Amino acid sequence: MSEVIVITSGKGGVGKTTTSANVGTGLAILGKRVVLIDTDIGLRNLDVVMGLENRIVYNLVDVVEGNCRMKQALIKDKRYPNLFLLPSAQTRDKTAVKPGQMVKLVEDLKEEFDYIILDCPAGIEQGFQNAIAGADHALVVTTPEVSAIRDADRIIGLLEAADINAIDLVVNRIRMDMVKRGDMMSLDDVMDILAIDIIGAIPDDEDIVISTNQGEPLVGMGTPAGQAYMDICRRIAGESVPLDNPSMRGGLFFRLSHLLKRA
Amino acid sequence: MILFPVFRKKNSGEIARNRLKLLLVADKADCSPEIMQMIKDDMIRVISRYMDIDSDRIEIQMTKKKQPDCDSFIPMLYANIPIREIPDKGIY
Repeated sequence: MSEVIVITSGKGGVGKTTTSANVGTGLAILGKRVVLIDTDIGLRNLDVVMGLENRIVYNLVDVVEGNCRMKQALIKDKRYPNLFLLPSAQTRDKTAVKPGQMVKLVEDLKEEFDYIILDCPAGIEQGFQNAIAGADHALVVTTPEVSAIRDADRIIGLLEAADINAIDLVVNRIRMDMVKRGDMMSLDDVMDILAIDIIGAIPDDEDIVISTNQGEPLVGMGTPAGQAYMDICRRIAGESVPLDNPSMRGGLFFRLSHLLKRA
Repeated sequence: MILFPVFRKKNSGEIARNRLKLLLVADKADCSPEIMQMIKDDMIRVISRYMDIDSDRIEIQMTKKKQPDCDSFIPMLYANIPIREIPDKGIY
């Protein structure tokens, strides 16, 4: 039984694409057959974060318009043979695809994959409507900021209106040192305000920038963000993993051991 | 810190939380003209059971009212309902 997960946020720049890349890669590490779909038509990014930008021949719009077969457009990941990317089109716009066509595309992919991960564009217009059309589970990405949480609240409302009721929250770029000082909203604050379950919290980690520079998602590596993303993947796969892990505590011991590991 | 409230600076995380809570209430209260008309019709129906009101001159709108204890505003439903007559039989 395959699961279709849309990764969305409303606000731009909070980490949808990074989360899509890491969740997709993490599920592949767990042995699942995974396809990542970049639904941001006109502003293609997921290929770059995955480091697959030089291998694109066909794209999502080509598949929908019947210019190629699905198999021709799917790009196999560099590291994991059970992970594929369906890239977006760069020279078209959101109106090139309709929600009904996305539903059919996703249905076709269900035969071959355990997880279909849709990277949603920012905003609430047609791109968003396309991305959520075939989804049965949503991960809403937010950061502990007023603007991002306000948009997340709106997105949750729109998802519920579209009958997507399996909604989980990913709190990105949290800094436990600032939370402890009282200068950043805590996970409890965010959960309290949005009234949905948190599936994971990603600490603010400079290794994310490094991994994006290199085009290799860092999930599963020994960095705080890599571990937090792996925890999310385990939870998606049905394991029960406690939310409170060492990287979230931000303790001195963890940070020291992390520094030593990198040295 | 609690002993010297003059020197106590409010944590920015708490400020963010309070701003957000009010913001979300205000976002949701900012309802469409259709919803406002439905609220108005329901109010006319309910109040008319108790008094004779001038339903053509009713005004309702969403406003914001400043909280007396702090700088924040809370959303309010403002209704101006002119009464023509209050019947003196039965209900009092």
